[in-house]
Amino acid sequence: MKNALGVEIPEYIEGLGELKPFQGVWESIIGDEIPSTNIVRTLKAKKAHTSKLCGDLKDAIKKCNPFDGMTVTFHHHLRGGDGVLMQTIEILDEMGIKDITLASSSLTSAHDGLVPYVEKGMITRIFSSGIRGRLGEIISMGKLKHPAIIHSHGGRVRDILTGRIKPDLSVLAASAADEEGNATGAHGPSAFGSMGYADIDARYSKNVIIVTDNLVDYPCVPGSIRQHFVDHVVKVDSIGDATKIASGTTRITKSPMDLRIARIAATVIEHSGLFKDGMSFQVGAGGASLAVAKFLREDMKRKDIKGSFMIGGVTSYGVDMLNEGLFQAIFDVQSFDAAVSTSVLNNPQHIEITCDQYANPNNCGAMTNKLDVVVLGALEVDVDFNVNVITGSSGEIRGASGGHSDTASGANLSVIVCPSFRGRLPIVKDRVHTIVTPGESVDVIVTERGVCVNPSKPNLAAALKKAGVKVVDINDLKKEVDAMTGVPAEKQLGDKVVALVEYRDGTIIDVIHNVENLS
Amino acid sequence: MTPKFKAQAGTFESSDIMVLIEPVSEEAGRQIDISSTVMLQFEDDIKNTINQVLDDLDIQNVHLIAKDKGALTPTIKARVEAAVKRSLGIQEGTM
Repeated sequence: MKNALGVEIPEYIEGLGELKPFQGVWESIIGDEIPSTNIVRTLKAKKAHTSKLCGDLKDAIKKCNPFDGMTVTFHHHLRGGDGVLMQTIEILDEMGIKDITLASSSLTSAHDGLVPYVEKGMITRIFSSGIRGRLGEIISMGKLKHPAIIHSHGGRVRDILTGRIKPDLSVLAASAADEEGNATGAHGPSAFGSMGYADIDARYSKNVIIVTDNLVDYPCVPGSIRQHFVDHVVKVDSIGDATKIASGTTRITKSPMDLRIARIAATVIEHSGLFKDGMSFQVGAGGASLAVAKFLREDMKRKDIKGSFMIGGVTSYGVDMLNEGLFQAIFDVQSFDAAVSTSVLNNPQHIEITCDQYANPNNCGAMTNKLDVVVLGALEVDVDFNVNVITGSSGEIRGASGGHSDTASGANLSVIVCPSFRGRLPIVKDRVHTIVTPGESVDVIVTERGVCVNPSKPNLAAALKKAGVKVVDINDLKKEVDAMTGVPAEKQLGDKVVALVEYRDGTIIDVIHNVENLS
Repeated sequence: MTPKFKAQAGTFESSDIMVLIEPVSEEAGRQIDISSTVMLQFEDDIKNTINQVLDDLDIQNVHLIAKDKGALTPTIKARVEAAVKRSLGIQEGTM
């Protein structure tokens, strides 16, 4: 069957079940919900004054009675420094557990160690919002038994609430926790800020283990994860590499190209009609996207604009803008650098939120639905404004869906910032390798060579032209870039489906085919 | 013409190409070794561009090594021309 974007979607995948094709950004909402099954919370009981503390992680995992075919879940707040996920998989492997479904909110460079476990079939299914590095390569080559499912951050919450992901064991790292399992990432030697992605696992997993390198006197405050969801608590020497978990402050790029793109994007926002008191705003944490915040900050001061809130993906740069009074509040589902943790802990206007509140499409108050402006990156865009943030120029898996499609769907203005070509590879294509965010929810693509406005927003195009912004037809931009770089030869992909890209509503928006001979 | 000296032009920066020339004996023909970050997409194009510059400069016998980081065609042409002229000892100006 074909979905609304013309992508051939398998009706059924062995090991994953029936698939629904993507029909459009809002088509799944019937009345006030996206009709689907709804799981119930696992009932748990404990006698008074019994201890949850376990000797070590292995001891705790044994108490959870692991079994073949189980689903193990994690959060990715420790980013590239995570030491807990690999430790857990190693222990389960030692215990001889196999056919595991791994459902981490994302996977990072810290998880290349998963490769042998995938290759030998110990891990047979993966749900994640991002897959990178060597792991991405071997999945692209078809080494994972069942296709990986790439979901958005909001989509993952919906996946758990509807039983698509059924967490049997959740091992959740915290930088501080007490003996009952009240846990946070806001303080401690390995502080990482918000624990937003872990909340849904804690609430709905059959077995919840809190792992911390910093067991504090009861009670641990703030209780980002609360004790009445937690089965076991483990104190370990280390939850990972603190320097890679969070360090310092995030700096704005010095790349002239990124700064130029960011300057244009800020001008686009200024003339979008949304640049006024009460504006809400989200930027990514890297490159041109974060640099937009720098220019927006200057523009807001110049025009004396006071915004309402920022969400994200929060960097110290956002915290600075909050402290300057440019915004009333930050809603923080994930913190990107060490300086942010302090702010989460001490500033009542810096509010830790769950991923459910951040972006779940199947609730009545996702923050992304209240967003005015979001600035997002792209690996590729196409002439229909579709955006790829998951596969590279050879079609290999090497990125993350993250909150891209969540925020793009909700924001009044979704701005994509990207160079028109990178290292001779044109970024504007006839069709992106993989659609993560549909063009329907993308308003503007900003490149160093001009701004492309979605034809569905003619008034915006007119306003930008009037303000002197260089607005170009995306087809013309593509021709201009192709003439400079030459038209790249496209590598033929294989026939095997190695991953499915799930849209936030649970439908399948694209499939990823295998790549042969990745070097 | 036949290159007399080892020579090079370019850098290893992104969007540039490093071109190395090694002299070979007369009648040895052209040996061109290319590595590129965009090999998959532009291998033929890079090869043709290099050969065209060598044709224009009438270089039949040469060992040329190109390490490309996604240079555009004009960059490739300029780097090959500079490397060849250096290897011929006919460069002008401050090179």
